[in-house]
Amino acid sequence: MGKIANEELLRRLDENFAGKVKETGADFGLLTVEVDADVITEVLTFLKTDSALKFIFLTDITAIHYPEQEKQIGVIYHLHSLTTNTRIRLKVFLSLDNLHIPTASTIWDGANWMERETYDFFGVIFDGHPDLRRILNVDDMTVFPMRREYPLEDPNRVDKKDYFFGR
Amino acid sequence: MQNHPVYIDTDPQSEYSTLNLGPTHPATHGVFQNVLQLDGERIVSGVSTIGYIHRAFEKIAEHRPFYQITPLTDRLNYCSSPINNMGWHMTVEKLLNITTPKRVDYMRIIIMELARIADHIICNGVLGVDTGAFTGFLYMMEHREEIYEIYEEICGSRLTTNIGRIGGFERNFNQIAFDKIRKFIKKFPPVLKEFEALFNRNRIFVDRTRGVAPVSAEDALSYSWSGPLLRAAGIDYDVRAMEPYSSYDEFDFEVPVGENGDVYNRFLVRNEEMWQSLRLIEQALTKIEKEPSDIFHADVPAFYLPPKEEVYNNMEALIYHFKIVMGEVETPTAEVYHAVEGANGELGFYLVNDGGRSPYRLHFRRPSFINYQMYAPMSRGMLLSDAIINMSSLNIIAGELDA
Repeated sequence: MGKIANEELLRRLDENFAGKVKETGADFGLLTVEVDADVITEVLTFLKTDSALKFIFLTDITAIHYPEQEKQIGVIYHLHSLTTNTRIRLKVFLSLDNLHIPTASTIWDGANWMERETYDFFGVIFDGHPDLRRILNVDDMTVFPMRREYPLEDPNRVDKKDYFFGR
Repeated sequence: MQNHPVYIDTDPQSEYSTLNLGPTHPATHGVFQNVLQLDGERIVSGVSTIGYIHRAFEKIAEHRPFYQITPLTDRLNYCSSPINNMGWHMTVEKLLNITTPKRVDYMRIIIMELARIADHIICNGVLGVDTGAFTGFLYMMEHREEIYEIYEEICGSRLTTNIGRIGGFERNFNQIAFDKIRKFIKKFPPVLKEFEALFNRNRIFVDRTRGVAPVSAEDALSYSWSGPLLRAAGIDYDVRAMEPYSSYDEFDFEVPVGENGDVYNRFLVRNEEMWQSLRLIEQALTKIEKEPSDIFHADVPAFYLPPKEEVYNNMEALIYHFKIVMGEVETPTAEVYHAVEGANGELGFYLVNDGGRSPYRLHFRRPSFINYQMYAPMSRGMLLSDAIINMSSLNIIAGELDA
């Protein structure tokens, strides 16, 4: 089977989740859609089980922090349909005061550690996750270190600031 | 297989014993801790603790220009660092729309396949050691050394290679490098054959590995396994074949597939992959001869450092040199996901760029991290000695596991 065209993929998603799923781009041909947090389980299940799409392979789950946005934390899913060789990227944006999102570990066993990692670094709480603990950082860490407010280097250091480079 | 966490029973009256396997147990070949609950020699439950060598690469990457991220990728799967390096360069090239010359692609394939062989040599050799056969490991290890000498000839270092640059290679392969590669592909096949003769039908080895830790295709997919492990379970997913990068589509190679995903199947799949890698290197060596021999990088002055003598004598080169080193080059705002077939699975780079001097966000899809999570659940009911060889054949590299 050949690759599923992005328009076709988007049409199928629109049919089933009208208004809850919207396209945000297709950089380098990889369709990216933004999904509402309340339907993410349904969207993932639909993508996995639909007989024409079959996104059976969960490539990755991670997150991004955009401090200037209203919904600051974006949870990113990469799925891969092995039979049609199509990839799709899903984004769910969450605001800092409500970082809850349903777990995907009920759909893929492999989501377990990916979600633990995302929780560990960004503090996203995956509801229904069987074992949501920190995974790479020490258990008694109090912050979520991949958020932008935690600088890597000494915050007083100025020699690498962008304004020295005309930005 | 259920994915629920398994905790250790702390009841003092319990008849089970608790064993700390690792973090520095000699049999685990790396920093892995598994707290196992044992009933005699049988594992009742286990829980994995990881993160002992976590170095926050994703955070560091947010503060470095692209070319300075290559050394970070070295330290992911340090048994095959060139694949990581190339994967990262190709991700950036995809972002910047750089097309590399054919010769560069072939040179990359040679290096990546050598790295794959080096990685499989360690994994399969050590699997032999863990089942009690030291000899095969020694035969093979000698040839990993030869691969390291080839790296040395090309980039100067052996383990953490930092090989190649964005757009190509830092220098051309010299004649000695080509001679060493040719010598390797001539000398290695008889050794690999001997290695297979030592193990494939060896009664002791087969008894110890066949039927140990079998994984169904459904479980392997559900746990997002990739690479030789997924293929041993019967799914023919290979990034090189599905989404060919670096001109892999021009090459003739097969994707070996196993049947039931047990330790023996994984061993056979890795051995066969080494044969396929040798085929790929041979083809690449033939193809490379038809290409102009002085091309070893793409013509992208804004990203590829000019030769040093030009920097001293040519104004333009000096400007480019300064801009590249200071990370002052314009880059597009875009998101890229690029995957390469690492030695133990799909190694993905998810790069979010906002046009700044460093990535806005860089995430590594690390196959070891994702492959390892089935280890504790699948060990339940297994003998301790089987769990050890199961870990060997998963080929988990601590650097990649913990990033």
